[in-house]
Amino acid sequence: MSDILDITVVVNGIERNLEVAVNHTLLDVLRDQLGLTGTKECCVEGECGACTVTMNGRTINSCITLAVEADGAEIGTVEGLADHGHLSPLQQAFLDTAAPQCGFCIPGQLVSAQALLDRNPNPTLEEVQEALGGNLCRCAGYRQITDAVLAAAAGETS
Amino acid sequence: MRAFGYARPESLEEAIGLLEEHGSEAMLLAGGTDLMLGLRGGWSKPRIVVDLKRVRELASGIEESDAGLTVSAATVMTDITEDRRMQQRFPALVEAAVVVGSVQIRNRATLAGNICNCSPAADTAPPLMVYGAVVIAAGPAGTRRIPVEEFMVGPGKTALAAAELVAAIEVPFPPEPYGAAYLRHTRRKGTDLASVTLACGVDASGTTRLAYGSMGPRPFLEIDGTGVLADPKVPDEAKAPLFETIFAKASPSPTSMRSGPEYRLAMLRVLGARALRTAIERLAEGGSK
Repeated sequence: MSDILDITVVVNGIERNLEVAVNHTLLDVLRDQLGLTGTKECCVEGECGACTVTMNGRTINSCITLAVEADGAEIGTVEGLADHGHLSPLQQAFLDTAAPQCGFCIPGQLVSAQALLDRNPNPTLEEVQEALGGNLCRCAGYRQITDAVLAAAAGETS
Repeated sequence: MRAFGYARPESLEEAIGLLEEHGSEAMLLAGGTDLMLGLRGGWSKPRIVVDLKRVRELASGIEESDAGLTVSAATVMTDITEDRRMQQRFPALVEAAVVVGSVQIRNRATLAGNICNCSPAADTAPPLMVYGAVVIAAGPAGTRRIPVEEFMVGPGKTALAAAELVAAIEVPFPPEPYGAAYLRHTRRKGTDLASVTLACGVDASGTTRLAYGSMGPRPFLEIDGTGVLADPKVPDEAKAPLFETIFAKASPSPTSMRSGPEYRLAMLRVLGARALRTAIERLAEGGSK
């Protein structure tokens, strides 16, 4: 039996009071306790980026972060990008360039790319590639993904 | 993940008390980028995980004094790469911190953790050694200062005594002007562990400090006081014997999956010459100040 701890987290702007097992990751809690299944579990060792979320504005791998470490933090997931059912410009750009192929890595790609645009609204291709270096795409749709980020930065979305 | 207890001390005294109480059954958590893999993979089996991020004395921050910059234990790589004073005074350390893992890893991984994990390939170890960085260890008997090159003993093994932890890392300002550079060799561009890590620093008096990793059980620091290496007018052939002395401790693992020993030794010499050249150029341009 593992210890249980009460935590308070703000997830996509909504405050949540949760009882979490201390050996559960933030990813476990987002998916299984909050039903936010946009964030994906894949490599579970911080290599692939499918589980990327923001914690206090910075991207992290939620698969190697304990849920208790998020106590008091603001968490952003892919579900927080759309505004009342309307895709964000970045999400629209991903659709426009057909960046999502199988789609599994896309939530993580979107969260990393949005974090990049928030701190650097006009990135170069190299800066996009560096910012997304921790997000692997097994379909190898990297060209479409970086095109989408650059298009969103340039305001070229449909 | 297997079960473990979790403690979140708020003071250094409390944290050290937990280490005294639980001994080797306690493991410290800062960024977790190494620990979490061990917890999941089953090679780390603590009875209790002690999370240091609420300890007020260890809170994230880089403090400046007349002597240098002090990096607290909870400070992550991104804090270092974004810090203007770090960029200006310790460019080789920033060059190392910015290639640790991915953005997501750098947002969590701490400088102290990189040294405590004590991988021979730790990116930040060579520049810390070149800059003469000192670990501030805190334990039941108080604090003591350990140079980074003495702190890193072997793979996963540090000079910390029982119930001691790293409170901060002090990086003293080098003499002005100073030229330094960090280089690494990886299998591919992007996120990878290094097959060779190397940092070099030169000052105006002609002293060259060179540290290299991934070449044995721990990174090594060597100092050339002859002035020959730092002299831009001395041809490379004349520097080669000095490099051989500096690299005498290199004994790369024959079983590493990252690259074979012959290749590593060859790349070590290439990186050594390149980093020295860059350090000399930076010194000539006025260096970090």
